[in-house]
Amino acid sequence: MSRSLKKGPFIHYKLENRVLVMNDAGKKNVIKTWSRASMISPDFVGHTIAVHNGNRFIPVYITENMVGHKLGEFAPTRQFRGHGGNKK
Amino acid sequence: MARLVGVDLPKNKRGEIGLTYIYGIGSSTARTILDEAKIEYSIKVQDWTDADIAALRKILNEKYKLEGELRSEIQLNIKRLMDIGCYRGIRHRIGLPVRGQGTQNNARTRKGRKKTVANKKKATK
Repeated sequence: MSRSLKKGPFIHYKLENRVLVMNDAGKKNVIKTWSRASMISPDFVGHTIAVHNGNRFIPVYITENMVGHKLGEFAPTRQFRGHGGNKK
Repeated sequence: MARLVGVDLPKNKRGEIGLTYIYGIGSSTARTILDEAKIEYSIKVQDWTDADIAALRKILNEKYKLEGELRSEIQLNIKRLMDIGCYRGIRHRIGLPVRGQGTQNNARTRKGRKKTVANKKKATK
């Protein structure tokens, strides 16, 4: 079920504030975040955000097409190393 | 024989069913369209009058995205997902289920025919 429109998109408030501050200052630093559930808002475009995948931070460069997706979608949590029998 | 948006409709089926032969129209959309054109569901495709066909053609052209146009829109949506590198895009790229289904068994629609691995070890008891 999708989220109620009444609530608006979920964006972690600290993350959003940091992006807005950086927009005002015109800076583009990499922001580390654990907030994979945050929606990407149009303010984020052009920033690089390091999204935690449970192990390390994956740097994600936000483009316009990504608006409306969530940060976690761009930092895979599983790594597929091939099946057992596949010897090189 | 009625020909709408480049598709030949089967002539001895009920209108309600005949319309679903067009890509992008299912049974519920078919009924909405027939309601709007004021045609009975049960009239067979071959018994539609020229006026009926003209009315249907008008509705289909104005309100619906069908056939090739719809297919290309869907392909574009998938391509967008693949280009931005999100989870769904990655699943499309490697041909696995996109919507969170398991893949230990089944998932044959996405994975294709079984590829049997020779000498695969049986699990020991």
